[in-house]
Amino acid sequence: MDPDPAAWRRDFPALDAAVHGRRLAYLDSASTSLKPRAVIDAVVRVFTQQAGNVHRGVHALSEAATEAYDAARDDIARFLGGHPDEIVLTGGTTEAINLVAHSWGRTHVGPGDAVVATALEHHSNLVPWQVLCAERGASLRIAPIDDRGRIDLAALAGLLDERVRLVAVSQLSNVVGTIAPIAEIARLAHAAGAVVLVDGAQAVVHLPVDVAALGCDFYAFSGHKLFAPTGTGVLWGRRALLAAMPAWQTGGEMVATVDHERARLREPPHRFEAGTPNIAGVIGLGAAIRYLAGIDRAAAARHEARLHARLREALAAAPGVRVLGEPEAGVVAFRVAGAHPHDVATIVDREGVAIRSGHHCAEPLHRRLGADASARASLALYNDDADVDALISALARVREVFR
Amino acid sequence: MTDDPRDATRGGVNPPALPAEPPAGGKIGPLSIDELYQATIVDHDRAPRNAGALADPTHQATLDNPLCGDTVTLHVRIEDGVIRDIAFDARGCALSRAAASIMTTLVRGRTIDASRDLAAAFERFVQAAPDAAVDEPDGCEVLGELRAFAGVRRFRSRRVCALLGFRALLRALDPAT
Repeated sequence: MDPDPAAWRRDFPALDAAVHGRRLAYLDSASTSLKPRAVIDAVVRVFTQQAGNVHRGVHALSEAATEAYDAARDDIARFLGGHPDEIVLTGGTTEAINLVAHSWGRTHVGPGDAVVATALEHHSNLVPWQVLCAERGASLRIAPIDDRGRIDLAALAGLLDERVRLVAVSQLSNVVGTIAPIAEIARLAHAAGAVVLVDGAQAVVHLPVDVAALGCDFYAFSGHKLFAPTGTGVLWGRRALLAAMPAWQTGGEMVATVDHERARLREPPHRFEAGTPNIAGVIGLGAAIRYLAGIDRAAAARHEARLHARLREALAAAPGVRVLGEPEAGVVAFRVAGAHPHDVATIVDREGVAIRSGHHCAEPLHRRLGADASARASLALYNDDADVDALISALARVREVFR
Repeated sequence: MTDDPRDATRGGVNPPALPAEPPAGGKIGPLSIDELYQATIVDHDRAPRNAGALADPTHQATLDNPLCGDTVTLHVRIEDGVIRDIAFDARGCALSRAAASIMTTLVRGRTIDASRDLAAAFERFVQAAPDAAVDEPDGCEVLGELRAFAGVRRFRSRRVCALLGFRALLRALDPAT
């Protein structure tokens, strides 16, 4: 029998707060997740017991910080199925993708080349490629989606030729909640000689991630959507690719030896980690991954899948509501007839229900779906039926205001 | 012309003094949704006045709210320093559409200077402390239906929605702002 989801709820102290006098229904985890006690405690421990800098001192506090910091990198590597040397710690998904665009992109994408992205992409997996292509005289090709919000694989295959250097794709859409067939896309891209970068910001918390099984070349995600502090992120890259990439930010920590004329850079991942890192955040990310390792993730996935179906069906059945696309996991974006998503979000907030509204950093996708913006409810393992029901009853308040 | 989106979030008044405690969720104070979405606002959202475009604008501007993607496009025809005609197209939430609609009814026939004064008064009104008197800070009658936006003071992230139309007007009057 699966564990009681209420036990997971109790791990997240932010859920104890009443909002506007109501029980909090937090349906905005796709924006940022709440943090379990284990992560909060780990961060507090850094500032109380491990308060030194990492990789710099030999004193006790520096040793304690370094040990916890390096252990976090090992945990992340195990979590993704990679090697610690392939784990570059960044400030988030956006920084991880920018790292690839700046470092790999500037040395591998030239005039006449092409980068392929999809119509689903978050701005963070679109704008860096726009800028890179403009700078390098390359072209950006966009793989279309169908009305369900799924990537048109045949059309994507048609975009792949010998000029394509990289395919950038999100594993789980942050708006329509569709899952991209990464392994299939990687096969197509590799056959054309291109590398594949996966934006795993949404997927990493909902889907099992094994970079070897996915067959991708770069995988980027953010800690804060995975129950860890903000300002943390990961770029996993194939060792051979990382080894051949130049530094993109320079300074301390990333150099082996320095004289006044030149510096010899360290090997990956340190080459890409200039300056004192986000020590507490990274240790918090390690704690989040250990938290996940300590729960029955298969049961959590079943719980989330059941809740997602309930959310999707309840929204589809609610009067005047249109669900965008055919979401498969994590999120459901929707419109309410006669009410702008922003007004919807403000009204349901007063009922204690937290949802996102706007274009969710995916403006081109909204245009494709014929909506200038949407409201979005998203799930995590700490949500329950009462959260979904609270949203549905709060939508009745929206209809009252705009009747 | 689409302006730097950061402009839409830039306030025209000094920020309020810091509270003793950082804000906590759920402690914003009692305000019902009906107080925010007053009948005037819902009415102007549903049936905006002066919606559309002018055939012969002398001034125009488009302003975005990057928070939610709201966009207001404003067409103005000015003769002898007076706003003779005005029309707007707002893609966005009820607050931004209603505020722009009410604005057009208030500035038509008004001089440029008086319109700027009204924009400044509304900016102060919206950015005032949530418990400030509705007639403050200027005690003027000019705000008229705009007073329906008193509730937005309690919704920090929504203040920009209410201000977008007037900020577009200021931009149209003086593209350098």
